[in-house]
Amino acid sequence: MRYIEPHAHMVSRTTDDYERMVTSGCQAVIEPAFWAGFDRSSAQGFYDYLRQITEYEPRRAAKYLLPHYCWLCINPKESEDTVLADEVLSIIPEFIGKPNVLGIGEIGLNKNSKNELAVLEKHIQLAADHDQMVLVHTPHLEDKRKGTKLIVDALKNHPEIDPAKIIIDHVEEHTVGIVKDAGFWAGITLYPESKCTSARATDILEIYGTEQIWINSACDWGHSNPLAVPQTALHMRRRGHDQEFIDKILFKNPHDFLSQSPNFKAL
Amino acid sequence: MIAPPATTPALADDGFMDARAKMLDIAAFLDRLDRHAQGSEDYRIAALRSALTELHSETPGRVARILDQLSDPSQEPIEQATEQGAAGAYLNLKS
Ligand SMILES: [Zn+2]
Repeated sequence: MRYIEPHAHMVSRTTDDYERMVTSGCQAVIEPAFWAGFDRSSAQGFYDYLRQITEYEPRRAAKYLLPHYCWLCINPKESEDTVLADEVLSIIPEFIGKPNVLGIGEIGLNKNSKNELAVLEKHIQLAADHDQMVLVHTPHLEDKRKGTKLIVDALKNHPEIDPAKIIIDHVEEHTVGIVKDAGFWAGITLYPESKCTSARATDILEIYGTEQIWINSACDWGHSNPLAVPQTALHMRRRGHDQEFIDKILFKNPHDFLSQSPNFKAL
Repeated sequence: MIAPPATTPALADDGFMDARAKMLDIAAFLDRLDRHAQGSEDYRIAALRSALTELHSETPGRVARILDQLSDPSQEPIEQATEQGAAGAYLNLKS
């Protein structure tokens, strides 16, 4: 079996996880910029983090023969401080030219505040100005539905970015339709508690179809599972889905989407 | 819609014990809350009780409807984010 892990925060995982992912069939791993679990105190902290995911982490993954790519941003959890956000936004262009950068992400909303929305708009503009693809994080739990709608509206204000180059992640049953109806790609995140299980992800694929959608583990420093994607393949097989269905969701779809970036090397 | 290839008996074989265990966990959770009840009920538990009625529905789409019930129904961005986390149910301070 082959798969792409299109959303993983590998800086907070051990090298053992790289080994387990590769031996489970992982062909490439993609790391969106995110929150460190605490608020960074300065733009310099972000500068070093962006260096980590554009320079150091690809080398760490390469030791396991795994291509590593990333997305750049200041995440929505740290976007309430717009002064800091502006400083970070100003250093991002310096990293856009790095060979493993696929676009701007994971941007989005957390608590759906005015400042978060303003910083989201600036990120979308940055992506438009630099002809970058976009990966969007949708809020957690009770904030997800409202946030997803606000995000879709903000993206629609930028028709210069092709919706086919935007993926809106962490969809669930009540938001997947909002995302797909607007022409965006949708990501389903496999989390033990707060997002989707393998069974629910498979349900969503059966109901909404297999076009413009992928699954990911979004593994990070919290309760998450870096092997959630290949384990979901096993669940799909038990549900009677064939190899073609599984390969489309786990490999072909992320490969098609990511190949829109000139930096992504075909597998 | 993709027709689910698994047959109903296979789905039942695969999922029944898991669903049974989760149902008992919810029942035990509610019993535990009753046993240790103090003061007014937590808004999250009230939301959970309200959402449980969806499980009696005969209409597909139960998951989305439960998620909708637990969602913030407002549409405008809030003035300021005063916390970073989410609770899983919406606290309507106005009601
Ligand atoms: Zn993430």
